[in-house]
Amino acid sequence: MIPLHWYLLVAAGMFALGVYGVLARRNMVAIIMSIELMLNAVNINLVAFWRYMAPENLNGQAFAIFVFTVAAAEAAVGLALIISIYRARETVVAKEIDMLKW
Amino acid sequence: MVITPVTIAFFIMAAFTLGGSLGVVTNRNLFHAALYLILALFGAAGLFVLLEAPFLAAVQVLIYVGAISVLIAITIMVTRRIMGVESANRQWPLSALVGLLLAATLGFVIMDRFAGKFPVAGVPDDSLTRLGMALVSYEGMEAYLVPFEVASVLLLAAMIGAIVVARK
Repeated sequence: MIPLHWYLLVAAGMFALGVYGVLARRNMVAIIMSIELMLNAVNINLVAFWRYMAPENLNGQAFAIFVFTVAAAEAAVGLALIISIYRARETVVAKEIDMLKW
Repeated sequence: MVITPVTIAFFIMAAFTLGGSLGVVTNRNLFHAALYLILALFGAAGLFVLLEAPFLAAVQVLIYVGAISVLIAITIMVTRRIMGVESANRQWPLSALVGLLLAATLGFVIMDRFAGKFPVAGVPDDSLTRLGMALVSYEGMEAYLVPFEVASVLLLAAMIGAIVVARK
């Protein structure tokens, strides 16, 4: 059997890589992909804690399902926004989208 | 540490997950990054199987690998003309530092609090049935009817919003 901290370390590594991606990448699609990585790391954590701490009640799994839902909605709206901005401004670089910047 | 088929499977899936994640954030070709994202999400699905959550693994493959990755790939194709290959921005060393510090902190806390823990009990046989019941039941310990309906409304709103925003 695998000890709990292995799963947690994998998820922590995935989350840290996602943070790096959000901070370092310039393309908005790449930033959304990094956000998906972070959401997925959270899900691995949720399921690992459910399995190792409280497998008899299913609240951990139910919570993970809602994270899935929010991730799907976020991806759909985010990518729609990117396509819309691309149509209006011909760019997908986060730095060049500064209409609201004062 | 005893090497069993389960540990080997865990290492393969962890390598998929972490290697794919690394590819997503470092690969300069965006489309390759999207393919690495599929690898990472597939590795996470494998981890769900190892954690005895088969329904979540199936949902992971359907929603992430099936739907979200295709959506991302299409967006990359649509917007590729201006930016097929990108480089990291100027403060990437700082970003790497933040990521490393975060990983180190999380790793320290994990090793301090959760090292060497094993499951307290087995997964009940009827867990899948109970999960399905929990999502539509209103009373009891596992009652997720209201969050379920809120999630449905959220998905509907996101769907309409995405259509309205992306339409010309």
